[in-house]
Amino acid sequence: MFTAKEYKQAESLEQAYELNQKRSSRILGGMLWLKMSRASYGTVIDLSGLGLDTIEEDEEAFRIGCMATLRDLELHEGLNAWTRGAVRESVCHIVGVQFRNLATVGGSIFGRFGFSDVLTMFLALDSYVELYKGGIRTLEEFAASPRDKDILVRLIVRKTPVRCHYLSMRNTKTDFPVLACAVASGAEGYRAVIGARPGRAMLVRDSQGILMDGVNEKTAEAFGSWLRAQVPVGSNMRAGAEYRGRLVEVLSRRALLAMEGEG
Amino acid sequence: MKVSIEVNGKTIQEEISPDLLLIDFVRRHGCFSVKRGCETSNCGLCTVFLDDKPVLSCSVLAARAHGHRVTTLEGLQEEAEEFGAFIADQGAEQCGFCNPGMIMNAIALFRENPWPDREEIQEYLAGNLCRCSGYEGQLRGILAFLEYKRQKGGENRG
Repeated sequence: MFTAKEYKQAESLEQAYELNQKRSSRILGGMLWLKMSRASYGTVIDLSGLGLDTIEEDEEAFRIGCMATLRDLELHEGLNAWTRGAVRESVCHIVGVQFRNLATVGGSIFGRFGFSDVLTMFLALDSYVELYKGGIRTLEEFAASPRDKDILVRLIVRKTPVRCHYLSMRNTKTDFPVLACAVASGAEGYRAVIGARPGRAMLVRDSQGILMDGVNEKTAEAFGSWLRAQVPVGSNMRAGAEYRGRLVEVLSRRALLAMEGEG
Repeated sequence: MKVSIEVNGKTIQEEISPDLLLIDFVRRHGCFSVKRGCETSNCGLCTVFLDDKPVLSCSVLAARAHGHRVTTLEGLQEEAEEFGAFIADQGAEQCGFCNPGMIMNAIALFRENPWPDREEIQEYLAGNLCRCSGYEGQLRGILAFLEYKRQKGGENRG
């Protein structure tokens, strides 16, 4: 568990930003990963009083506040109708309800953790982050950038027509994924995101047009084999690289076929 | 720093350190049903309700609970006793260490979904680990409790 000399509930984003510029300061998300560290912080900054715990939906987008929880994602009817339950599937295996009532979208996305189901899922959609100073950037660009002292205010998911499906493989039911896979299809073609490689989630577009004429057993298998060659995977205590590579093929093929089966 | 937290209906005002965890705060005030198990936010032993939502008190700063309501098993005696008897009847408890957290989360489930099926029970309680029993006894106890409620005429599926 970390230690902190001061706890500050921010009264505004500006105040939170200013406090966070000190090297010894840290923004609190759900605190679930942070508490595993033994760091010493000067000030921990809590954004929970700023009304950023909602998911707002309008005709154009979902605007997910950084303090909305993974349980909020799981239960949000609009988001799950839009993604045909893929968002729910991406988070419902994460530990338990009590954990998901604490873990925040902002914490998951800002951390850019390799194991993140949340990052994997939203990279497959037309997603953006709203940063307090940095403005709006694509999630893809944000995911590839190093951590800084800005504040992630919202995740924005535009309602660009999309079909998607999410699958993950876990050694035990509530553990981190051994590999996570989201596939999506829209006007720009097919794309797949592989997370828990175990590195940070990686978005790959069907640049070869393998799925250009549609998804069937043959093209899905060909895409899976091609995808395996595009996505670097590694070994850790949960699985070896060879096994992960095979999972890239299997999960992407299954996810594509499931997505097509859903119409 | 000074916090004001309502614990089981009683408002407590106290000076705390900024990094005090909620589990330590409630135990300091006599709520010994709240257990420290895994220290990795995985086991569910420390489950409390924070404004009626089940959360892991080992992973929340007490400072964050300032101005909020916290409920532990001690604050749910009647509700817990009725349900807990069904768990005991099935011999579901061996060491009993996981039981308070499991009962808290089962009550949260019944409040959210009064008539869960087997799959919904297993999914909701996935974050409550038991290293003795293999979960079958608890599952039987929950199903027996739901059957008891049905026979009492409490079911109304609309």
